[in-house]
Amino acid sequence: MPIGWYLVLSALIFCIGAAGVLTRPNPLVILLCLELMLNAANLSLVAFSRMWGGEDGQVFALIVMVVAACEVTVGLGLIVAIYRRQMAINVDELNELHG
Amino acid sequence: MSPTTFGWLILLFPLLGTIVIGLSYPRLSGRAAGWIGTAAIALAFASAIGALITILGHSENHRELTSSLWNYDVTVGVNAQLSILIDPLSVFMALIVSGVSMLIHVYSVAYMDSDRGYTRYFAYLNFFVFSMLLLVLAGNFLLLIIGWAFVGAASYMLISFWYRRKTATQAGMKAFVINVLGDVGLVFGTFFIFKHTGTLDFVSAFRDVPHVFTHNQGDLVAGCLLLLVGAFAKSAQVPLHTWLPDAMEGPTPVSALIHAATMVTAGVYLIARMHPLFEQAPAAADVGAVVGCATLLIAATIAIVVTDIKRVIAYSTMSQIGYMIMGVSVGAYSAALFHLMTHSFFKALLFMSAGSLISAMGGEQSLDKMGGFRKAMPFTFICFIIGGLALSGMPPFSGWLSKDDIIAYLDHRGGAFEVLGILGYVGALLTGIYTFRMIFRAFFGTPCEEARELEQGHLFHAEVPFNPQTGEQEDTDVGFPGPAHHIAERDPVMKAPMGMLALLAVVGGVLQIPGIDNGIQRFLAPTFADSRLVRDAPSTGSDWLGLAVGAVIAIIGISIAYRVWIVKPGTSTKLRERFALPYTLFVNKWYFDELIDFAVVRPAQWGGRFADSVLERVVIAGGVTGSVTGLVRAGSAAVRRAQTGFVRYYAALVVVGLSGLVLYFLITST
Amino acid sequence: MSQVLFFIAAIGALTGAIGVVMLRNPFYSVLALVVHLIALAALFLLLRAEFVAAAQVVVYAGAVMVLYVFVVAYIGGADEPLTRGGAALKILGPLFALAVAIELCIAVLGSALKGISGKGAPYVPGFGTPAHIGTLFLTTYLFPFEAASLVLLVSAVGAVVLARRRRGLEDIDEREERRFHPARPAYTGTMAESTGHVPMQPPESAGNGNGHAPEPEPEPEPVGEPQ
Repeated sequence: MPIGWYLVLSALIFCIGAAGVLTRPNPLVILLCLELMLNAANLSLVAFSRMWGGEDGQVFALIVMVVAACEVTVGLGLIVAIYRRQMAINVDELNELHG
Repeated sequence: MSPTTFGWLILLFPLLGTIVIGLSYPRLSGRAAGWIGTAAIALAFASAIGALITILGHSENHRELTSSLWNYDVTVGVNAQLSILIDPLSVFMALIVSGVSMLIHVYSVAYMDSDRGYTRYFAYLNFFVFSMLLLVLAGNFLLLIIGWAFVGAASYMLISFWYRRKTATQAGMKAFVINVLGDVGLVFGTFFIFKHTGTLDFVSAFRDVPHVFTHNQGDLVAGCLLLLVGAFAKSAQVPLHTWLPDAMEGPTPVSALIHAATMVTAGVYLIARMHPLFEQAPAAADVGAVVGCATLLIAATIAIVVTDIKRVIAYSTMSQIGYMIMGVSVGAYSAALFHLMTHSFFKALLFMSAGSLISAMGGEQSLDKMGGFRKAMPFTFICFIIGGLALSGMPPFSGWLSKDDIIAYLDHRGGAFEVLGILGYVGALLTGIYTFRMIFRAFFGTPCEEARELEQGHLFHAEVPFNPQTGEQEDTDVGFPGPAHHIAERDPVMKAPMGMLALLAVVGGVLQIPGIDNGIQRFLAPTFADSRLVRDAPSTGSDWLGLAVGAVIAIIGISIAYRVWIVKPGTSTKLRERFALPYTLFVNKWYFDELIDFAVVRPAQWGGRFADSVLERVVIAGGVTGSVTGLVRAGSAAVRRAQTGFVRYYAALVVVGLSGLVLYFLITST
Repeated sequence: MSQVLFFIAAIGALTGAIGVVMLRNPFYSVLALVVHLIALAALFLLLRAEFVAAAQVVVYAGAVMVLYVFVVAYIGGADEPLTRGGAALKILGPLFALAVAIELCIAVLGSALKGISGKGAPYVPGFGTPAHIGTLFLTTYLFPFEAASLVLLVSAVGAVVLARRRRGLEDIDEREERRFHPARPAYTGTMAESTGHVPMQPPESAGNGNGHAPEPEPEPEPVGEPQ
């Protein structure tokens, strides 16, 4: 398939993930949607690496995966800490850092 | 040593006295501060004598010497130096100031003893003497203005010396404000003079006056009138006189020194020093003469009716200064300055004696409560009599020779000045009346309680210390005014200066007996050599005629007082009822205070309130700063609304931003 | 053939993505994401990125998602309805995302890049193999490799710090107990005290270790009362 199709698919997945981040109030689901966006980026990276013929894009995608894993770890740790303090697992109610 | 060296020494000693006493404040005990201050002034007096002797050693044409210590600023157009002028007039004034100050310092050593502010008092008093000497020895307008301002400051500090008394602090402020008004007039007058002569130095300015100014030129008259404003404020002439009676809130030696002998004579000195200017602008000089005459009459009428003994003497001072101002304005320089000298003697003596009397009364100053102290306080009584006779112009006392000399000169000048002369005689009559009213009421008649106690040998103390003006109880938490009372009879340290002044009041006239020695006139001649008016002096015969008329008027005045207050005791009450309207006018001090309050104080207060409520609050705080801060606050409030705390809102902002960015790149790439 | 596979994988990926966003229960969202990840691995294989596909399945779908499952199980996760703060975003969110999607599609499809209309560069044997990726990691991209390992370490430590308990061996139930039922002084007469439910300060006299209130003295029986 022409590489362009992969790119369009990646854009669509990215935007679905963005819509999810904006729509869902549960922080777990928000993190999942963030994963979606990261994966969309991975897809486009690998597509370009195929286009150019060098594996640099794939290396980049692997690093993205590592970073995503770390971010998920820390984010889930945060959510667990929030749960431990009997606060609501709802980003709309965790809004005390405001001006 | 040259006269100018002595001049610097005259200035140095009181300054050192101030610094030493001021810096040693907590450690001096007993009367040490007093003796240090007295020693400083005594040394200054000795230096003044030295200056006198050395200047007499110079020939008559070489008696005007200047000496400059330091150049402040020598640029094109301005030549400001720290220079003094030693000539007969300044030596004369320095002698009077330092001499009388020395005697008053000795008196204060005893009078102010046991006052908590003793050291502070002498520091201030020495500072005052320094400033007054700076004023009279100044060789240019710059130092004159500096001395003028310092004297006003020293007067403020000494009037409000007992600063726990509200009346004292108010009086101090009043005196200072009116003095500052005079300062402004003095400085502006200097500007006018400087504008044409181009120099601040006295010698060169006065030399250039006839060439630079025409007769009665507008600028010169304006400058001289402004200088007169300064002179009137300092010398308490109408309408800037309202501070002097209130200045009696200060301790009695302060009243003796500042408000009788020295500071209030600064205006007279000013006009005498600036005589070339005034002679070139007779319009201004005439204003001075008229104001002097008006003051002497107004003050004399008020003195007849007031009951506070210090205020009687204060109004008397005002009246006598009116004579002096009148004298220097018409050209009777030596007569007026002679009267300045004799007046300082007998007025200081009167104030000192009044201080002794008030101490005996336990702080009470009202004549209504006094009576019959003749037997209880003989020394004070004699001093009062001597001072009173000198003041009234009774021969052969010094006051007679000086005061009537002025009036004789006025009569001699003729024309409108004769009217002033006749009014001067009226004033002399009133002087005799009010002086002896005071003496008869205080010392004759049935002895009051305090007098009876004193006859038995106890000193009267009021149960609680009180403010003699308002009668309210004083705040003596900090101990002043001092609890002890010192009267002359018991304290030789007080008796000595009073005796000295009494002697001078009696024999001081010897210096200027018309036709016989003319001592003062000849001594001051070099200073006034450039005066046209001085050459036109009255003859000896007319002088003696004037003196004789003056003596007669004095005797008439004293006898009127005798009749009213001794022979028929109820007469004064009857007269008061009969002349109720003039009495009310006089007792209310011709309503000057109310007039000034209405015309000046209230508009100023209104202006201040307006400035505060409208200009300050509405325009500046509300408008200027308020608008700026309001703008900032509104801006930050608007921006703050972007920080909602909702994470998804922030994410939405990111997405919107992203879409905007991509759109931008899309558009720019096509 | 590859096109068919492409479409199947693409539809799987999209379905998974939409499932993540739309499913109410977070557990189902996690499962949808797993589906999505596997579809994406299939797409990677179509792009001849073998190693990346394997890593995707093993690391991402295998490890990260398992972590997610654990956390979702711990926290529970009935979805809560949208609060007032988000009502506007419920409509605007998809709208903004749609706007971005359209722009991106225009950008991709309208761009003049020649490369994306082709199928990619000529195939080099060994493209995407672990050997080639490993070589790159250890030569050109050595620094990012090391940095990535450091990031992993830091995030592991961070996660432990964030989620640890604060008071040693205390259980969460006991903490809650202490917050809502603070220790009361002895003999204040509550029901909790009499039933021995509440831990309280040991009374001055006896040192009861078990935290129970000391039994009140049995009343002396009146003499002669029959049992």
